[in-house]
Amino acid sequence: MRQGFNIGYFFKEGFLSVFSHGLMSFAAVCMIVACLIIMGSFSLLAMNVDKNLKQLEDENEFLAYIDESYTEYEINKLSEQVRALDNVASVKFIAKEEAKAAYLEGHEGDGLYANIPDDVFRDRLSIHVVDLSRFTETVEAVKALPGVAGHRAEGELAEGFVAVRNAVTAVAWVLIAILAAVSLFIIANTIRLATFARREEIAIMKMCGATDGFIRGPFVVEGLILGLMGAVVAFVIQWAVYAAVCRAFVNSGAVTLFHLMEFREIWGRVLSVFLLSGAGIGAVGSGFAIRRFLQV
Amino acid sequence: MIRLIDVYKEYDNGTKALRGIDLRIEDGEFVFLVGPSGSGKSTIIKLLTAEVTATQGRVIVNGYNLNNIRRWQIPHMRRTLGVIFQDFRLIEKKTVQGNLEFAMRTVGASGREMRKRIPYVLDLVGLKEKADAYPNEMSGGEQQRVAIARALVNNPRMIIADEPTGNLDPKRSLEIMTLLERINSMGTTVLVVTHEKDLVNRFSKRVVAIKDGEMVRDGQGGYYRV
Repeated sequence: MRQGFNIGYFFKEGFLSVFSHGLMSFAAVCMIVACLIIMGSFSLLAMNVDKNLKQLEDENEFLAYIDESYTEYEINKLSEQVRALDNVASVKFIAKEEAKAAYLEGHEGDGLYANIPDDVFRDRLSIHVVDLSRFTETVEAVKALPGVAGHRAEGELAEGFVAVRNAVTAVAWVLIAILAAVSLFIIANTIRLATFARREEIAIMKMCGATDGFIRGPFVVEGLILGLMGAVVAFVIQWAVYAAVCRAFVNSGAVTLFHLMEFREIWGRVLSVFLLSGAGIGAVGSGFAIRRFLQV
Repeated sequence: MIRLIDVYKEYDNGTKALRGIDLRIEDGEFVFLVGPSGSGKSTIIKLLTAEVTATQGRVIVNGYNLNNIRRWQIPHMRRTLGVIFQDFRLIEKKTVQGNLEFAMRTVGASGREMRKRIPYVLDLVGLKEKADAYPNEMSGGEQQRVAIARALVNNPRMIIADEPTGNLDPKRSLEIMTLLERINSMGTTVLVVTHEKDLVNRFSKRVVAIKDGEMVRDGQGGYYRV
């Protein structure tokens, strides 16, 4: 007897099983929803922190002071050399008069600032970096160029940004990994209960010569369907919760300190991650759950 | 064909279930495997269906050497066997037809194959009119005939019946045994595990007796004596 095409059978049995074990299915979906919302909330927090830190990074720059003896031609040449360095995003020349004007901005009429001579200031290059984690290395490379008389760089601040971002990312990943493992365990146990009720059917299938894959198929499809159902419900709830948090945030006035991404910017990513995670947790969880019953 | 060569089986709890069993059953034979409770009959069935492995000795079933069979080969080996249990083991929520379809689907049979094979097998066991009945609507004898139909539906080379009449009255038991004899006459090897003396003595078949894990008798056309 030939081995038939089983996908249709798997889906039919999987769907029927979702509805015939209604209470268990409901419990499994609830678990998936809870786990996805917790994971999703941490991920959204991490994404927002990351975005805000990136914005801060973008504003980060350092200054390279130019040798006073340099001519305009030499300054242009130095600018080109800096621009050609690895990790330099942009270079802007600031003349000493411009620097002085910027320094005095907001202090007009203040006697203390009135008689500062022009030669206190130097011509300078304002340099933005691409990767903040290579900030110090880039400053050193600029310093080494002939014609750079000095510099001002907030290296510690830059390193602080990198450290915070790395810490937030690491914590988020660890939490997501732990929650994924917990979800997997809960789903596996929920589906194991459903499987236990059908152990006799499984034993009969084994005795008739069914392969492990054939027996596992409908259970994996069932887990997949439960996972997808949980993902859709979790997405809707996450949307509502995130929108409520955003509204509360705007009303509190904290929006000037921390910029929250709007849900419409990220819904596609959130939905695809939820669907993939839900399907993965459901399918892998049920695959694990049935393993013990295949040892006949 | 079954070959058990100097087979020993000791379970993890230290129970020595089989001690040096040598048994050969050729294709087309009808054999009764008899013995008191705890003699090792069920262990032999478990060895033949690859539910357990021998501690020592060789077990060969329909060309598969079960001592070194790979996990993925076990389903294919089991497809050469049809197993019948004392407690029928039918799926209560499925009809007779559904139970047979379930068995055929597990080996990948097509709808066309099912439509052709199931009526034939139900006719063979005398349940053609009961295709749409549920197991709990049937008598014990009828349920066991459904179990026989399920064992036959994938056209196995051998039927292994583990106490098939244990839950039936003498009249139904005789009917079941007569049905198994008929199936054997059509070319299928039949191994019946039982401890029902009257039934064994009524059929003049080969009788293999087991006691305390050892084979104490093997007689062609014999009767129950341990």
